[in-house]
Amino acid sequence: MIPLSGDIPGAKGTICEKIDSNSIVRGTSTLKRGFAHMLKNGVVMDVTTVEQAQIAEEAGAVSVMVLDKLPSDVRKAGGVARTASIRIIEEIMDHVTIPVMAKCRIGHMYEAKVLDETNVDMIDESEVLTPADEYHHIWKWDYTTPFVNGARSLAEALRRIEEGAAMIRTKGEPGTGNVAEAIYHIKKVNEELRAIKSIYDSDDKQDLVRMAREFKVSYDLVEETAKIGRLPVVNFAAGGIATPADAAYLMSLGCDGIFVGSGIFKAEDAQERARAVVLATTFWEEPDKVKDAQKMIDERQSLLGLDVKNLELKMQDRGSTV
Amino acid sequence: MSKIKIGVLAVQGDVTENFLATMASMSELGIDGTVIQVKTLEQISTLDGLIIPGGESTVIGQMSLVNGAINKIKEKIESGMPVFGICAGMVFLSKNSQDKVVGNTDQPLLNILDVKIERNSFGRQKDSFEANISMEPIGISSFNGVFIRAPSVSETGSGVEILAKFNEKIVAVKQGNVLATAFHPELTKDISLHKSFVKLVENQS
Repeated sequence: MIPLSGDIPGAKGTICEKIDSNSIVRGTSTLKRGFAHMLKNGVVMDVTTVEQAQIAEEAGAVSVMVLDKLPSDVRKAGGVARTASIRIIEEIMDHVTIPVMAKCRIGHMYEAKVLDETNVDMIDESEVLTPADEYHHIWKWDYTTPFVNGARSLAEALRRIEEGAAMIRTKGEPGTGNVAEAIYHIKKVNEELRAIKSIYDSDDKQDLVRMAREFKVSYDLVEETAKIGRLPVVNFAAGGIATPADAAYLMSLGCDGIFVGSGIFKAEDAQERARAVVLATTFWEEPDKVKDAQKMIDERQSLLGLDVKNLELKMQDRGSTV
Repeated sequence: MSKIKIGVLAVQGDVTENFLATMASMSELGIDGTVIQVKTLEQISTLDGLIIPGGESTVIGQMSLVNGAINKIKEKIESGMPVFGICAGMVFLSKNSQDKVVGNTDQPLLNILDVKIERNSFGRQKDSFEANISMEPIGISSFNGVFIRAPSVSETGSGVEILAKFNEKIVAVKQGNVLATAFHPELTKDISLHKSFVKLVENQS
């Protein structure tokens, strides 16, 4: 069974129906979180066209994420980044058999409703797009479609889970081709998990209460997370992943899988690179296979990348801080 | 009787959940055995039983081709090793699979289970559902079926026993040593299906 910590039974997004004489229920936490469990050890690839989605599927992507522009182009273009064209999302849904995700702006309830109506398989409330609400995230329990959210710390991850996120991606800095921030954040979340696990193991309830106050989430969610010693939902790494070795390294840090944004389709050898990143993610425990995967790509064709210290726009900081 | 060894194919998907459900089944049944996560040919060749978990069948198939695991698994099943395929695992075991929307795909299949599969048969994620399923032929009268972008069986060959249907669609089948479900028992508390697979493995070895 999977952890259902923080579940709100009877949330609005949970729908009971009768089909013929059979009662069924949709949009439960088991179904939403369970969907994310099916993606584990996989690679979700950012795509902007049907052709890219088909390349991703053939390469072995576990799902595709549809955007209007890849993160590195969002960075260059400036202006306001919004959810992708619905027509393109639908066209992609008609041409690949793997799940299709799409991004909505942080806090934009109606972009989310539009994506829910479009029947995408998962909605990413994403800082890659321009936040629509600087003070609130979406109350995700109201939707039947599952959500994934970004997080830079355990506190952020738990707050998103409390709002109904069925999956977390630890943030990197999108569109940079630089994996440093992704590594920093996954290590930070891991450290924080170890810390609360040790508080739990020493049976110090008062300290767990202190942590819940610090994290600004309910005590129960902190206690259940501390007990299992990991996030109660599937956690992927994201942001700045450009090579097979990047992917394998993040898997070795305990991520359940990875999201690749600009790293594949902004590289000049996208088709080979897509395949190579999947191979490295699947076989990360076997360094010789990661080497073979790394050999499939040409470093001269990698996304040039950006130094995360001198960025004008830090996407990871966007959206409400609570 | 020697200790049985059951593997969970750890290429992609919800491996851990199946691992834990199988461990719990063995301990509840009082059966002495081990459960391991398998990926390499050497690991697969030592098994008495294999679970192919839920995930994306296209990915599990393609990645099993890379190291030749697909042939080893096929060889083991054909020589009598029991296998339990769940959702993507059911698709991967089949002889023929079509997507409800996209139609024909040339995804790699094990070509063992004599059925025709309709992938994404109940729709997309928003249409995913939980419903009560009855599998009388294996003595499970009530089971909470968790269907996630689930496939169904649209045609069965002569050696295939139908274990359960939902709304006229076939969602669980058995063909000799091959057990397959369109839904995910590993996501629920109920380990009765994993227990019946463990018993199948024990009776074989």
